[in-house]
Order: sequence, then C-alpha cells, then structure tokens
Amino acid sequence: MNHGNGHRRFYYPGCSLMVTNRAYDVSARSVARALGIEMAELDDWNCCGATAYVATNEMQSFVLSARNLALAEAQNGGSGAELVVACNGCYVSLHKTEKYLAEHPALREKVGKALRAGGMEYRGQARVRHLLDILVNDVGEEKVRQRVTRPLRDLRVAGYPGCQLMRPFGEIDDPEVPLLLDRLLGWLGAQVVPFPLRAKCCGGMMMTTRPEMGRQLAGKLLLNAKGAGANCMATACPLCQINLEAYQDAVSGAVGADCHLPALYFTQLMGLAFGLSAEDLAWADSLAPLDGLPLEARQ
Amino acid sequence: MEYSPREIVAALRAEMLHRVLESNTVWLCTSCYSCTVRCPAGIPFTDVMYELKRLEAQKGLRSEKDPAAVMAKVLVESVNRHGRNHEPEVIRKFYWRTKPSRIFGQMRLAWRLMRRGRLAFLSHDIRGLPDLQKMLAAIEEDGAA
Repeated sequence: MNHGNGHRRFYYPGCSLMVTNRAYDVSARSVARALGIEMAELDDWNCCGATAYVATNEMQSFVLSARNLALAEAQNGGSGAELVVACNGCYVSLHKTEKYLAEHPALREKVGKALRAGGMEYRGQARVRHLLDILVNDVGEEKVRQRVTRPLRDLRVAGYPGCQLMRPFGEIDDPEVPLLLDRLLGWLGAQVVPFPLRAKCCGGMMMTTRPEMGRQLAGKLLLNAKGAGANCMATACPLCQINLEAYQDAVSGAVGADCHLPALYFTQLMGLAFGLSAEDLAWADSLAPLDGLPLEARQ
Repeated sequence: MEYSPREIVAALRAEMLHRVLESNTVWLCTSCYSCTVRCPAGIPFTDVMYELKRLEAQKGLRSEKDPAAVMAKVLVESVNRHGRNHEPEVIRKFYWRTKPSRIFGQMRLAWRLMRRGRLAFLSHDIRGLPDLQKMLAAIEEDGAA
C-alpha cells in the first residue's frame, strides 16, 4: 500500500461525523478497510473550528487546527504524518492552516508559542489530505476497479463534491469544473450524468440560519440533478449531504417542484459496488427513501 | 447580497466600509470560495470576508444580530467548552438566541434523527481540553500584546 511519501496515516473524522452524519464515518472506514488503507483515528483530536471559528477569531482558529497537526506528528513519534479527512469543512480548515503555517514564518512562530503553552510542539511535518484524493490518486483506478463486485450499472449519479474540496486551492481538483468524484464514480460502473451545477454551493449553514435561502439553493441543486437524469446524488461532505437530504419536503414546497432524490455519500456508493453489507454502509441512517437504488441485491 | 466583492473594495477605498458592515452582505457569505478562485488580482477574498465578519461582530453595526453571527458565536462557545462542536447544544442555543419558536419547526427532523440514533445526547470533552484552553488563551494574549 502506498503510504504517500512514507508518512503514517491518521484519520480525522471531525465532529459532524461522530453522531449526526455517522453514515459517512462508517462507510469511509469500511471502504478504507476493503481497500487495505490503514488509518488509525487521530487520538484526542479537537474541532477544526469550521467556518464559525475563523469568522470570530482567526488566530485561535489556526491554533485549533495546529493542535491536530501537532497531534498527528506526535502520534508518529515526531515524524511525517498524513491526516486523512473526509469532511470538506474540516479539510479546508486544517489544510489552510497547514499551508499558512508553512508559508508565513511569523504566523508559525506565534502559533508555535501558543501550542507550547499547552505542552505541544509542531514541526511542520503533517500533511492534510482529503479521503477522495487518497482513493483516486493513491489507491487509483486499477485497484478500485478490481475491488468492484457489483457494478452500479443502474445508477445515474450526479456527483456533487462540495465547494471546500477543490476551493480555494484547486490542488486536488479543478475549482470550477471538478472531475475527481465523477472519475471515481465511473470506476464503480455508475452512469455519471452531466450535472451543470456541481460546483455551486449548497448554502452551508444557511439551511439553519436563513432557511428561506437555504431551501432555494438546495432546491436548485436537486432539480438540476434530476433534470440531468440522475436517480441519486453522491456527496463528499456531511453538510452538503444533510442539506440535500434532510429537508426535501420543505425544499420541494419552497421551490414548487418535487425535489425528492436520494443524496448519498460517495463512500456508500463505493461500498455498494464492493458488495459491502448494509451495516457497513449505515443505510439505516438515511432520511430520504432510497428508491431507485439496487439495494435489493444486498443482504 | 447587497454588495459584490468589487463594491466592497470600492467602499473600503471610499472609507464607506460601514455601509457594507450594516448590510446583509457580510454574514451571507457561506465560504464557498468562488470569489477567491475567480479574483483576477489573486486576492483571497474569502479571507477578506472573514475579516469583515470579525469587524462586524466587534462593532455590532447591524440593528439586529445576524442569525449567521449568532451561529458562529454559539459554535465557538461549544468548541471552547468541549474541544468539539456538540451539535445539539449549538442548535438549541442558536434557536434560543434567535427565534425560539422556530425550534418547534425542527421537532420532526429531530425525531427522525433520534429514531436513527443520530442525535447526540451526551457531549464529549476531549482529554486535552485544559491544555487546549491554555493554547487559546496564550494566542489571545499574544495578539493583544
């Protein structure tokens, strides 16, 4: 197994995946296991701060992320570590901090001083990577295709990676025309539909803070995916997923059209193609009916 | 959104930034980073929006606190208290401080989540919480110095 630069891998689930969106956590771990990716959970990780913390106190938000980077380093005996992140929000917070600390010595010094006040040290040896990046670029097409036992031929999937996967840095995918997720879905044998709005924001926290706007944004995406012929959507972010899935009645009412469509984690679709069990993929957690999915083939 | 990124920069130059801070613009930003990747001058504009959010939170120029500003505040409180974001606590405090009656509209979703074991009743405090709090206090003092 390629361990990306020989770094030891640690998995950072993030707060949202612990309970509310645990289907992502469960399916991510199952898929990693099925592909032989070793990733121990980072011990005693803390919240990345998400968009809320940086909107309140930027320096403290860097400290929050830096503690996780320092933990990864410490848990690998002070040498190189790779932090594998499934949530887009966590990914951008942690990765941005990793980059800014590497690029700005004055910031590194200040944050380093704060970490030392809590008995920790960060030497700049942690790399933050999204799980999708690991699966596509490290594991790769051949290994993923080999593992597929039940190609998803009946599925017409709209791939929706979510903003913070490819923006702002555009390192793992094109910031305007993301293709990484579509490629992976193709390897699973799914029909990937052309989904024009796939790089547009789901509204993030607006579904709670300004529901009248959040519903419009989610509605646009769901209708666009349905219009493209999709019978499900694949997401790579817990916030996108719950926005698209949990409010479909209200969203349909708000936009005056039927917006019901299964919205799943891409890891659940991978597991489905790999023939993993319903428990391994936490199908029972789904809020929207999974009509149109070939689940009858499962145990 | 009342002001576009170009208008925000123009307002800054004209020393009329207060108009932007009084508008609905700043807290409508969801951090999708589209402005950052499109800016022809390479300005990480989402970072600018974050700075404006911090300014607005400090100055409190809006007549009523923006719901997104309240959300940011309650999340920070939860992270400071537990080292993690305890979602049910954040949501409960958010509605309590904005429109408490709206929580009734969330009951059906809460019930559906609970039936699937997706509502966390207990919060989890990280073991390193005292150390994390020291770190957060240290950088705050450092910034003030």
